[in-house]
This record gives sequence, structure tokens and C-alpha cells, in this order.
Amino acid sequence: MHKKLEARNVNVFYDQTHVIKDVNLAVEQHSVTAFIGPSGCGKSTFLRLYNRMNDLIEGFRKEGEILIDGRDIYQRDLRVEDLRKKVGMVFQKPNPFPKSIYENVIYGLKIRGVNNKNLLDETVERCLRQAALWDEVKDNLRKSALALSGGQQQRLCIARAIATEPSVLLMDEPASALDPISTSKVEELIYELKSQFTIIIVTHNMQQAGRVSDKTAFFYLGELVECDSTKKIFTNPTDSRTQDYITGRFG
Amino acid sequence: MRIPERLIVGVLGACAGLTILITLGILYTLASEAVVFFSEVPITDFLTDTQWTPLFTEKHFGILPLLAGTLLTSFIAIFFALPIGLTIAIYLNEYAPRSFAFSIKPILEILAAVPTVVYGYFALTVVTPFLQGFIPGLAGFNALGAGFVMGIMIIPLISSLSQDALYAVPKSLREASYGMGATRLQTAFQVLVPAASSGITVSVILAISRAVGETMIVAIAAGMQPNLTADPTVPIQTITTFIVQISMGDVPHGSLEYRTIFAAGISLFVLTFILNNISFWFKKRYRMKYE
Ligand SMILES: Nc1ncnc2c1ncn2[C@@H]1O[C@H](COP(=O)(O)OP(=O)(O)O)[C@@H](O)[C@H]1O
Ligand SMILES: [Mg+2]
Repeated sequence: MHKKLEARNVNVFYDQTHVIKDVNLAVEQHSVTAFIGPSGCGKSTFLRLYNRMNDLIEGFRKEGEILIDGRDIYQRDLRVEDLRKKVGMVFQKPNPFPKSIYENVIYGLKIRGVNNKNLLDETVERCLRQAALWDEVKDNLRKSALALSGGQQQRLCIARAIATEPSVLLMDEPASALDPISTSKVEELIYELKSQFTIIIVTHNMQQAGRVSDKTAFFYLGELVECDSTKKIFTNPTDSRTQDYITGRFG
Repeated sequence: MRIPERLIVGVLGACAGLTILITLGILYTLASEAVVFFSEVPITDFLTDTQWTPLFTEKHFGILPLLAGTLLTSFIAIFFALPIGLTIAIYLNEYAPRSFAFSIKPILEILAAVPTVVYGYFALTVVTPFLQGFIPGLAGFNALGAGFVMGIMIIPLISSLSQDALYAVPKSLREASYGMGATRLQTAFQVLVPAASSGITVSVILAISRAVGETMIVAIAAGMQPNLTADPTVPIQTITTFIVQISMGDVPHGSLEYRTIFAAGISLFVLTFILNNISFWFKKRYRMKYE
């Protein structure tokens, strides 16, 4: 299998606070990896290393290397805008732009100067279909995205994220603000998308990690305690801290 | 409640009541004098006549020239102040380091605190001669110089309120845009400005209100000649400066000429009243969006 993402001896500091401690992690192509762990353990911070979203935070400092397809994404000559085209992100709270559904999906193309109407139309349909939203909105593409329900908004955000044809999809607790039915739709979707994307999903929900992921990485106080097949983590973890966490003894 | 506390509440209430009474008093004065005026000059003449010559033997009472002067100078002011004010707001909110933004804001607001008489002479003695270097036909008194300087005065009004509106855009929208690989500039113009558009509109309307009511700058630098024109290079007169001219002149109290200032005053009042209502409506819409 192809090693899509690789972290080598990664440390992260916010000013003086050491929040990611010497993490090494390899992620295979076309797999779903779940990041679990108590809140504040650094899951989001680590996830946002892959698309350099932490760069926006004052006081952020990183040591070590993050590689995508073997290439260090923190190299000086790499444009962060190009990186984010290839590494899409879906956030915890659905955050569609206050624009139409159509405008939301094509945002990533429009900012890159794509104006071909046919191409844009095709992209909108393809991405909305992939995000399992097409049938619900196909007659209302010009309607404001804010008029959609929370679950629909989140699927729209997924459609928006895949419109630039990224190869990696980062999801930070994508279902935590959704109701159970929307959640299961998003989970199904993740399963579908796996054939095309390398997906990392942060989740608080142990069952969700069990349902959608191939591998699970358990973070604790900024350390990667262990990363293994999801089955192994949930039935027979190596580390006692993982055991304690999945059995609900803390977190 | 104890006695002193009751006293304080009473005083505060009286102050609040007083402002309302004063407003009503002003309105009453304006309206009652205007009613007398309109009994002598038909309101249709007032609204449609294209000349304003109440002090000439051949009298015309058309408000349009004054209205045109007011709108022209206000438009010129906004024309300069909006792009600059908005650019400053975007720069301070999206690019400048926090500490710099904090220290620059009060400095900018000094612009709004400069006495308008100073601006007036600045327009007359610096800006107009400078502009005459590029625009040969520019009169010594003109709408362009006055409007431009008025624009400088209202920049902080626009930049400050627009910055607040941009600041209020949820962080999650910024993240969504950056996460798609947008640059700061794209994020600012394609996401933040549209999302903050109602707040920005409010800032512009308030700035227009301020410009419409501005007196000293236009009195000094724009000439005092009622002129139904959209040409910014010739002398004009605004509603406010006409009122000043009559109030300070030797027109006998109680005459028709004297009452023109109340008719002009009512027009000004209606204009700013409409603007304030539009801004109020936008503000309400804006608040609904983020709650
Ligand atoms: N912008 C920030 N500035 C400073 N510290 C932060 C910031 N974001 C997160 N942290 C700190 O970094 C640690 C990890 O946070 P985070 O990655 O959000 O954890 P998780 O997603 O697992 O809940 C926490 O201790 C948090 O307080
Ligand atoms: Mg988190």
C-alpha cells in the first residue's frame, strides 16, 4: 500500500505550551483513519497540520516533518493555497458561506479562475451527488445554503471540499453538531468516499470510529499512544491508557 | 428604593425626557413655520421648480438646486471615502497585527475630530489649488474640493464601523475560505465583505447622513450659488449652507424669505430621517443574520 501521509517526529507548540509530543504516524492511501482521545489532547491540532491551518494561529510553532506523497508540505517553495486544494477540510460546525448552494460548491474553483459554465455545472452535480445531497437540492441550487438543515449544510460542506478534487479529506468531528439521522448519512458518505480519498476523521464518538474507520489513532495529552487497526484498538489495545479510554474510564 | 436613589432615577428620567421634548420642540418650530411658508409657496413649485432665488426680485422657490448640491457633495465624499475606508477596515482586520490595529484606530478617529472649519479652509486653500493643477476649468469654489475633504472627514466613520462588521463575521467562515485554499485577499473580498455587507451598508448610510448635514466645509469651499447641476467643478450651494446664509444675513424675521430656511430645514430633516430609517432597517437585518 502507498503511504499517503507521513508524520516524522512532529512536535507542536503554542507559544510555550507543548501540545503535540514527538508524534510519528503513517497513513495509507484510500483508508479511513480515526483520531480519538479526550478533548484537549491535540487531535484537531494534529489534523490541521496536514493542511497547514495552524499557520494562521499566532504563536504556533512546529518541529519535525509532515509529508504528503513523500513531499514535505512545510517546505518554503510550496504554496499553501495549492496544498489546500489537494487537502480538503470539513469542520466541526457546518460552515457554508452565506451564498447559494451552487456558489458554495464552486467556491474552490472560482477562486482559481475557473469560469467555464459547463465545467462548473458538471462539478456541482458530481459533488452534490457524491455528497448524497443532489436529490434534495437539485431544484433549488440558487437557494441560500443557510436555508438548508444542519445535516444538509454539512453534506454541502463535504461537496464543497471535494469540488477541487483533493486526494486527502480532513474531517474534524464532522457529525458532532448533527442529529442521529444526519450523522448516519454522513457516516455512510465517509464509507463511500474512501475509494477516492484518504480520509482522517476526528471523533469523540467511539461507535462512530468503530463504524467508519480502518485504523484508529489514540491521542493522549499530546502523545500518540498507539495507532492500529480499528478492530485491534477496540478489542485488544496494547496500551493500558487506550484500554481505559475506550472502556470509558476517563475522557 | 431609598430617597437619594429615587432622586437620581428621577433626574436621569428627566434628562431623557428633556431630549425628547427638545426634539419635539425643534420639529414643532420647523413644521409650524414651514406650514406658513407652504401656504404662500405651493409645494409643487417647491419640489419641481429648477431655480432657487428667494432673495432676488424674480423669486423662485425650487429646492432642487440645493438638493442637487447636497447630494453632489455627499456623493463625492462617499466616492472617495468608501473605497479608502473599506480598504483600511480590511487591512486592519485581516492583515495588520492586532497591536498595530489597536493603536492605529484612535489615530484614525482623530480625522473625525478635526474642526470642520479647518477642513473647510484646507479644501479652499490647499485641495482646490492642487486640483486646479490637473483640472484647468476648476472654479475657486467647487463641489469637488469640498466633497473630497468631506470624504477625508468621514473615512474613520466608514472604516471603524466596517471593521466592526468584518470583525463580527464568524471565524468559521474565514476558516472555510482558507481551508479551500483561498488567499487573504480572496477571503476578504469574496467571503467577508459580502457577509458583512449589511454592516458596511449601515456605515455608508451613516456617513451619507453625516455628509448631508455637513455645513462648514461646503460653506467655505463650495461657493454659495444654488446650481442645479451634476458638474463638480462649478460653485454650488447645499441645503445647510443656504440656511446658514439666511440666518446670518439681514433678512427680516417673519418674512417669506426668512421662512425659506424652515422649508429647507424640513427637507433636510426628511432626507436624514429616511437615511436613518434605512440604516435602522439594515441593522435589524444584520442582527438577525448572526443570532
Ligand atoms: N489557538 C490556540 N492557541 C493556544 N492553544 C491552543 C489553541 N488551540 C488549541 N490549543 C491548545 O492545544 C491543546 C490541543 O488542542 P486541540 O488540538 O484543539 O485538542 P482536541 O482537538 O483534541 O480537543 C489544548 O490544550 C488547547 O488548549
Ligand atoms: Mg478538537
